Amino acid sequence: MNMSTIADWVNDRAGLAPLKELAQKKEVPLHRHSLWYYFGGMTLFLFFIQVGTGILLLLYYRPSAENAFESVQFIMTEVQFGWLIRSIHSWSANLMIATMFIHMFSAFLMKAYRPPREFTWISGSLLLVIVLAFGFSGYLLPWNKLAFFATKVGTDIAGVVPGIGDFLLRFLRGGDEVTGATLTRFFGFHVAVLPALITAILFIHLLLVQRQGMSVPPSLEGKALKKMKFVPNFLLRDLMGWLIALGALAALSAIFPWELGEKADPFASAPAGIKPEWFFMFMFQTLKFIPAKIGPIDGEVLGVLAFGAGGLFWFLVPFLDRKTAQGKPSRGFTVIGIILLVYIVGMTIIGYTQ
Amino acid sequence: MEKTNTPLTTRRNFIDYFLGTSLGATLVATFYPIFKFLVPPQIAESTESSVVAAKVSELKPNSGKIFKFGSKPGIIVKTPTGEIRAFSATCTHLDCTVQYQEGTQQIWCACHNGRYDMAGKNVAGPPPRPLEQFTVNVRGDEIIVSKG
Ligand code: FES
Repeated sequence: MNMSTIADWVNDRAGLAPLKELAQKKEVPLHRHSLWYYFGGMTLFLFFIQVGTGILLLLYYRPSAENAFESVQFIMTEVQFGWLIRSIHSWSANLMIATMFIHMFSAFLMKAYRPPREFTWISGSLLLVIVLAFGFSGYLLPWNKLAFFATKVGTDIAGVVPGIGDFLLRFLRGGDEVTGATLTRFFGFHVAVLPALITAILFIHLLLVQRQGMSVPPSLEGKALKKMKFVPNFLLRDLMGWLIALGALAALSAIFPWELGEKADPFASAPAGIKPEWFFMFMFQTLKFIPAKIGPIDGEVLGVLAFGAGGLFWFLVPFLDRKTAQGKPSRGFTVIGIILLVYIVGMTIIGYTQ
Repeated sequence: MEKTNTPLTTRRNFIDYFLGTSLGATLVATFYPIFKFLVPPQIAESTESSVVAAKVSELKPNSGKIFKFGSKPGIIVKTPTGEIRAFSATCTHLDCTVQYQEGTQQIWCACHNGRYDMAGKNVAGPPPRPLEQFTVNVRGDEIIVSKG
């Protein structure tokens, strides 16, 4: 039996013609911004690494306040290559969030959200929320000191949302305090609820991208652009990028294995120099700058409301940017994107240098 | 839509209504228990209203110590003049656990650099309220902390 008989056999049963056609038709426009096209695929690649290493870690991890820290310690010290798998999981999570941010901001600045891609943008925004929830829930799982306090602060922030705050706080913590119940809950989110959600939404996101093809920045739209076949030419370039990411990941994990820290102790003071993960740093730093009281309102309530409003704005951008939707240049939104980028980067730097 | 009362439309209306409400009822019946399941049960707060928090002899002047008050951390502070005070150790900002800083003689929260003075009053940083103060009684060598 040769390859083509196998292919025919499968094709007779599964009807793969449309897929083949899609693969042959898909083209990537080439222009001076083409570089940014790689980051979506790279995020996807890192996500697959997360799935793989996550499943591996699941074989040894034990989700309880008594055992979690020790089981991670066991993975790091006893299990063969356990340190490597855990380090890759942590590093890849961070790189994935970084590439996701790059992908998002490049899509924003190139106005890729304009019709008919509103849904693609919204599904992408949902993916952002889910990925951050992955990061937040995963951070607690090793049950170390930093994670314990990060979770206290994070869930308390959810608790100041007016109206539903109390419910949210108890829902997230699985009680009134951060305890083993919280850990079990976050574990459930991290390995069951969020994976289910992300699979569904990622599927929609990718389907839409395939349907609509690659977006071209408005300034280049309508011009005659060189195109490259996705299969195999662009795909090979993508693979190159993935290989580079894999190399970076391996190097980072081997040279800077992810630390475990000290076991969480609910009856210890928050350690000096406590910081959140870098992707929450800009919010953390903002909360530090807001004074305790602004008029009669607690500063943190105001901060949380502002972040909520900002998030909603980001979500609805395709509908708010009327100019881009009508095919006109929209400087305003470019400026907003750049200000936001500068704000996030700036606050992050301040957070780390202070 | 125009309302006609031919038997057919009424029957159809009835069926629509019947199916619609049963669908709604089924959804509610399905999701209500799920929703309720997700909300953790209220665990009775520990009824402990007073605990032996520390020994007088182990506390130096100008120092602090975290102790367990039921399921929550509390902090005892011995002022440089030897006075003993006790507070909830949960920061009123975003819930981190505070600590006593000998250098500044303040209660300090590492999370966002919140500061309280030795009376538990919020004096700097983001905390919006003073720390909850507990009553301190010394019986022999034991420091007994109670609520209220
Ligand atoms: S939690 Fe104490 S200062 Fe923010």
